[in-house]
Amino acid sequence: MSSKPYIREIPKSSWFFRQPRYMRYMAREVTSFFIGAFTLLLVVGLKRLAQGPDAFQSFLDALRGPLGVLFCLVALVAAIYHSTSWFNVTPQAMPIQRGEEFVPGKLIVGAHYAIWAVVSLIVLIMGI
Amino acid sequence: MSEERQIQLEVLRYNPETDLEPRFQTYSVPCVNEWVVLDALNYVKENLDPTLSYRWSCHMAVCGSCGYMINGEPKLGCKAFIHEYGDHIRVEPLAHFPIERDLVTVVEDFITKFSSVKPYLIPKEDKPISAGEFKQTPAQLMKFKQYTLCINCMLCYAACPQYGLVPEFLGPAAISMAHRYNQDSRDGGRDQRQEVIASHEGVWECSFVGACSEVCPKHVDPAGALQQVKVASTIDWYKEHLMPWSKK
Ligand code: FES
Repeated sequence: MSSKPYIREIPKSSWFFRQPRYMRYMAREVTSFFIGAFTLLLVVGLKRLAQGPDAFQSFLDALRGPLGVLFCLVALVAAIYHSTSWFNVTPQAMPIQRGEEFVPGKLIVGAHYAIWAVVSLIVLIMGI
Repeated sequence: MSEERQIQLEVLRYNPETDLEPRFQTYSVPCVNEWVVLDALNYVKENLDPTLSYRWSCHMAVCGSCGYMINGEPKLGCKAFIHEYGDHIRVEPLAHFPIERDLVTVVEDFITKFSSVKPYLIPKEDKPISAGEFKQTPAQLMKFKQYTLCINCMLCYAACPQYGLVPEFLGPAAISMAHRYNQDSRDGGRDQRQEVIASHEGVWECSFVGACSEVCPKHVDPAGALQQVKVASTIDWYKEHLMPWSKK
């Protein structure tokens, strides 16, 4: 046993640059920010709606402006990345055993995508 | 005929008696393509530099002692084939562990944490030997079999950024092993283990980076085990707080 083991410091703010898999993890975490921001935007929209038709109309106009569209697009891409990165790891967190065998992971992931598609469809239909 | 290749093997050296910090030393090693990185290290030790220190034993991915960072990736030296690499291979001690000497790391922290989760069967009730064995169906065995494949190589600790940043974290292998026994139909020790693994330094320090499962040479999937422990611990919490009348 040596009297002075050498300790390698981990860079506290840049550790995730060390490996692509850490970058992927950070991407998953950072994209959640956009989901939060979009939710806040919806809350602001509700508030504008409560203030009356004029306020709501100006909110909608702002959303239709280039900045509004850009934000919605970025938020959409981020939300899709975030959601799919979680869907893809669900078999690890929720394995389902039937008898001796485990249900194939692809099926569990597929079920998530299927439910996602159905819910999106319902929301779209209700929106029209 | 096996093809021979001259490999530049760059090894991180550290001698606690003379060095203030580690430094790289490069050896030129004639490697056969069927070799693994551990063979190249053995070649150096036997032919070029007997002072090189590193751990290994079985040379067949069973003992778990030959974990190194190979080109920055946690790998078993005896499972990292030379033909998968270019002519330059860099070998360092496992990340996140203090360096004892050269490629040898200080592993006491891991051993203490591993022992703290009581990684052994705690039978539900004492049974005299004459009463026979504890029986288990194949389905009950399958529930935890993959976790029994862990060889304690600590690659998962070297991959886990959370362990690197928060050294108190119990870590992937220890919690997976607790999960292995908790899933065992013969075991009754879950409550004792939960105290350790459901704590803040336990499973809640994990942010599911998933790196542990990607590097695990035995496909134990520690990340999966940890998420399952989170789910089970959350259910415990709800039961305890919302349904105090229900027994766990
Ligand atoms: S030498 Fe035993 S696992 Fe590599």
